[in-house]
Amino acid sequence: MEAYTGYFLYILSLLTVGGIYAIFALGLNVQWGFAGLFNAGIVGFAAVGAYTYALLTTAESPFHIGGFGLPLPVGMAVAMAMSALIAGIIGLICIRLRSDYLAIATIGIGEIIKLILKNETDITNGPRGINKIPRAWEHFSEERFYTSWPMSWFGTPENWEAFFDGLPNWYWQPLFAGTIVLVVFIIYKMLERARLSPWGRMMTAIRENEPASRAAGKDVTRRRIEAFVIGAAIMGLGGALFAQHLRLIEPTNTFDPSKVTFLVWVMLIAGGSGNNKGAILGAYLIWTIWSASELLISGGIALISSTFDTLDPSILATRAGFLRMMLIGILMQVILQRYPGGILPEVRPASPKATKTTAGPTGD
Amino acid sequence: MWDAFGFEFVNFYFIPGLVLGCIYALGAIGITLTFGILRFANFAHGEIMMSGAYLTWTIMAILGAAGLALHPLVALIPASVLVIVLFLATDRFFYKPFRKADTIKVVMASFGMMLIIRSAVQVIWGPNQITFVPGIAKPNPTLQALTGDIGMMILMPNKHIWIFAGTIVLVVALGYLLNRTRIGKAMRAVSDSPDLAHVTGINVDMVIRATWIVGGICATAAGVFLVMDTQMLETTMGFRMLLPMFAAAILGGIGKPYGAVFGGLVIGLAEELSAYPWIGDAPLLSPGYKTGVAFAIMVIMLIVRPQGLFKGRSF
Repeated sequence: MEAYTGYFLYILSLLTVGGIYAIFALGLNVQWGFAGLFNAGIVGFAAVGAYTYALLTTAESPFHIGGFGLPLPVGMAVAMAMSALIAGIIGLICIRLRSDYLAIATIGIGEIIKLILKNETDITNGPRGINKIPRAWEHFSEERFYTSWPMSWFGTPENWEAFFDGLPNWYWQPLFAGTIVLVVFIIYKMLERARLSPWGRMMTAIRENEPASRAAGKDVTRRRIEAFVIGAAIMGLGGALFAQHLRLIEPTNTFDPSKVTFLVWVMLIAGGSGNNKGAILGAYLIWTIWSASELLISGGIALISSTFDTLDPSILATRAGFLRMMLIGILMQVILQRYPGGILPEVRPASPKATKTTAGPTGD
Repeated sequence: MWDAFGFEFVNFYFIPGLVLGCIYALGAIGITLTFGILRFANFAHGEIMMSGAYLTWTIMAILGAAGLALHPLVALIPASVLVIVLFLATDRFFYKPFRKADTIKVVMASFGMMLIIRSAVQVIWGPNQITFVPGIAKPNPTLQALTGDIGMMILMPNKHIWIFAGTIVLVVALGYLLNRTRIGKAMRAVSDSPDLAHVTGINVDMVIRATWIVGGICATAAGVFLVMDTQMLETTMGFRMLLPMFAAAILGGIGKPYGAVFGGLVIGLAEELSAYPWIGDAPLLSPGYKTGVAFAIMVIMLIVRPQGLFKGRSF
């Protein structure tokens, strides 16, 4: 029974982290898949979301500003708003120029955000980071939550304490995973709606043929900024959930561009850019590969180090991590060249007025 | 005058700024040429620089073990050959398939290359810092005595003199190549108008290869100069250089090598001088935000004058 619980929890953690990456991938899909905007600074928007959420919802702390102890949904909403605000400013400056410049500017803003988080130690506790970030569902068992409203309406602190003691210590895991899957589903539904709406068709038109859509009287710049801001808001939400999952965030290692920006890009390209289902599929698939390869590599290292006892297994382990990153990079190049449409290529939305109900795929 | 203001300013802010500027300038030459001729922002450029420095270190270490102590500037030559091979191979296998496709695809491929190269370096050499040349660099005694006699003492270690000399040689050679040789003129022509250049019978593939070679030499030199300056090799240094180099290329105007040199010097000086206590005693800007200066200059340029100071291309 114990072993089954272990497998169950492993699958739940795959669902949780994969789901968080799916949210990032969906956000990127709005920017890249819908509007063709190259965002190379996903990590920056994720960091803004994570830190905003962390500062707003943690209990008061002497190490960083506030710890405002606000309700969790408020924290997540403000995280989205902050991320959207920064994207709006970047968008206003760079969206007129060719997409290369946007890529450079977003990679820059990602680094600057991390620089600010590292240097403003009074606000963010600098490189030491913020800990004890409340995680949805698990936070109910924290004292500051069950002693205050609305939980205090339903029971005394003693009752609550006894109640949470009676639950297994992983009681929150299925609930948290379920919440994330639900959030992914809601975002998916909303984006599908947006994609099939006139707005989504206009996006495709702008991406495929900008001069023509400009000639047709579409406000290209405005639509692009909209897509960029919406995508960034979704990434901000993803960042907030990322912070909940980790419970401890710091600027350098948590928000490593190769592990956030790059992995999300590989997920979207593998799944199929422009296709919301593809983004989710890609995120879960690549995350499962990523996480399973860790087990595989550690098994391989154990085998190698038992055969050749001159090799130090700890050195092999760090190098193997980088090898994994390199293989993921090569995987991305292969997909880009051989299967540009991804696993689920984009299906262009057709206007309901059009006689043909489906338009052809645009993978190639 | 010199004692009150100049000594500290020149030795601790201006000269380091120029050194950093030289490094940015050499890196930005490659970026601006690829952006101008191949028409894409090469994100892997910083990593190529970094791998060039690692290769130089390896050559020095191997020959050092064989009893032949090489100066980094000598080891740079075989290393740059390897970097050129690396550049040409990435172009052949990862960029060339997208030459006819949408340019953003190549940008994505280069973005992927950035990670592949960095992870490869981390797999081969390990993620930890490596000392490049051990020891503290003392100021050049001749220069110190000479300038001290006329009342303007300049403290400059030998490594900085080598960096200046190397940069000047490379920039002059580049000027000769672009203005006097056939292939250099062809490169400028392709940068100005690829279609027109193609019609006049310029071999575009040749020009692209020349671009990678020039970019490779400059990138290796920039990487080696950087580690000569900091005396430290680390795998993140290429990524740290990327933003200032792009800022330099945009400031000077895309496709303008001399603009990139000028832009590099401006960005390098601006980064160092931003930490000078212009007002009061505290640094004007906390040194932690040096990278932010390059970014700020870049954003201002993109708003005010996206074609750069020297009328480069703006897409």
